[in-house]
Amino acid sequence: MTASLLAPAGERATDQRPLFSARPLVCENCGARFGAEPSAICLTCLGPLVPEYDPTRSLPSYGEIATRPKSLWRYREWLPFDGTPTLSPDSGFTPLVEAPELARRIGVGRLWIKNDAVSHPTLSFKDRVVSTAINAAHAFGLGVVGCASTGNLANAVAAHAARAGLDAWIFIPFDLEPAKVLATSIFAPKLVRVRGTYDDVNRLCAQVADSFGWGLVNVNLRAYYGEGSKTMAFEIIEQLGWRAPSAVVAPMAGGALVTKLHRGFNEFASAGLFDGKIPRLYGGQAAGCSPIVRLVERGSGRIEPQIPSTIARSLAIGNPADGLTAARGIAETGGWAAAVSDADLIAGIRLLAETTGIFAETAGGVTLAAAVQLANSGQLGPDDEVVLCITGNGLKTLDPLVNVIPEAPIIPPKLSAVSALADSNSTPS
Amino acid sequence: MSLTVSLPSVLSRLADGSRSLSASGTTVGEAVADVTRRFPSLTTRLVDENGQPYPFVTFYLNDEDIRFNGGFTASVRDGDELTIVSAVAGG
Repeated sequence: MTASLLAPAGERATDQRPLFSARPLVCENCGARFGAEPSAICLTCLGPLVPEYDPTRSLPSYGEIATRPKSLWRYREWLPFDGTPTLSPDSGFTPLVEAPELARRIGVGRLWIKNDAVSHPTLSFKDRVVSTAINAAHAFGLGVVGCASTGNLANAVAAHAARAGLDAWIFIPFDLEPAKVLATSIFAPKLVRVRGTYDDVNRLCAQVADSFGWGLVNVNLRAYYGEGSKTMAFEIIEQLGWRAPSAVVAPMAGGALVTKLHRGFNEFASAGLFDGKIPRLYGGQAAGCSPIVRLVERGSGRIEPQIPSTIARSLAIGNPADGLTAARGIAETGGWAAAVSDADLIAGIRLLAETTGIFAETAGGVTLAAAVQLANSGQLGPDDEVVLCITGNGLKTLDPLVNVIPEAPIIPPKLSAVSALADSNSTPS
Repeated sequence: MSLTVSLPSVLSRLADGSRSLSASGTTVGEAVADVTRRFPSLTTRLVDENGQPYPFVTFYLNDEDIRFNGGFTASVRDGDELTIVSAVAGG
């Protein structure tokens, strides 16, 4: 008898008792300590919890790290588990690609692209954070994971949960880009489209996490989830030959990536894994949703929420939970922030593609356009070595490019037609 | 005006375990004051030292963030729902 491809699976990875445990938690605001648990909120002050690491733990040398598999787990001493996590073992360690022509066009000394557009398995940096969150869910024995998402996180949670054999409940705004919806549905999660903005979805998920016993990766597993983003900083340091660039430009949605880049660079500096200064951190947002940029410009105060209006849907978070810490990280490192128009972010996608061969989603266009704006205003200059964080793949956000990129000509299958085209284009032979 | 106030579990333990409370007032600020009068332990978790919303919670009046409608000065009507959610979520 032939078994059906759609037959129920046998033993799942998560049926086995984990041989690792999650680290305990500490409040970033008041310092209160808690055991390891699926909670992101301090019971004392309601501030954010983060994993607490043993400062006396043994840390690896450069050489020891270099012998490990090329995934984000090569930095496991800085990730929130004791023992070796077993799920999602092979995300991370994406390419760091030097881009001399782009450096020349922008006007900086040297420039590299940290290319998470080719992240395994879902082509965005969210594979990093889901790798740590899903192992936290496993450590806590949770059978259901989920998230509130602008798209990339939905893809990642659905894929990582499918591989682990976990049920997934994924909540997204009802009008997300079709590619991101399909690229989530293919993994057969419970996908729910909510009539509202991402911020409405996020509020709903905070209530869901509070009412159901699920592990929502960016709600009650958030303390473990966020740590995955630090690995982008670790990889930049290692891939540059254990040294830091002078500046890093990253897109900002909830502000967690910039916050965790700051933490990651500081942790490697404290461990003596590179000399010199922490890079200046720069954040980019779309002008139609720029609450963190505005906070950076004001210099103090609180986030003032906005109702997003931008084609950069993956950055369309009007009430960013980590906006304040991102702004602090930017200020502490001597960086700045830039808000760019939708037209400029499209130009940024094209400039990146035409000079580096890398196709970024709209958030990558924001990063590029922000870098251009920052260079034009003197924040970045010829003495700088800059890393641009490209966090998602352009194939996920094709819609804004329709009617922008010139259509290819259609010709009959005749050599004379090619000759005519070559003559009209003056293509060098 | 009478409205319903929903609390997250982390705050319900400061309100005798209630996730849903009735409150009265003509503004969100007055309704919050009514709640904190009955459950004083909630005061420092709902209101900051300047009388503004505590930064680690977000208030939604009928699903809309009150910061878009004047914060604690936002007007309430009979039957409104005020939902309080932890601000540490998402991204």
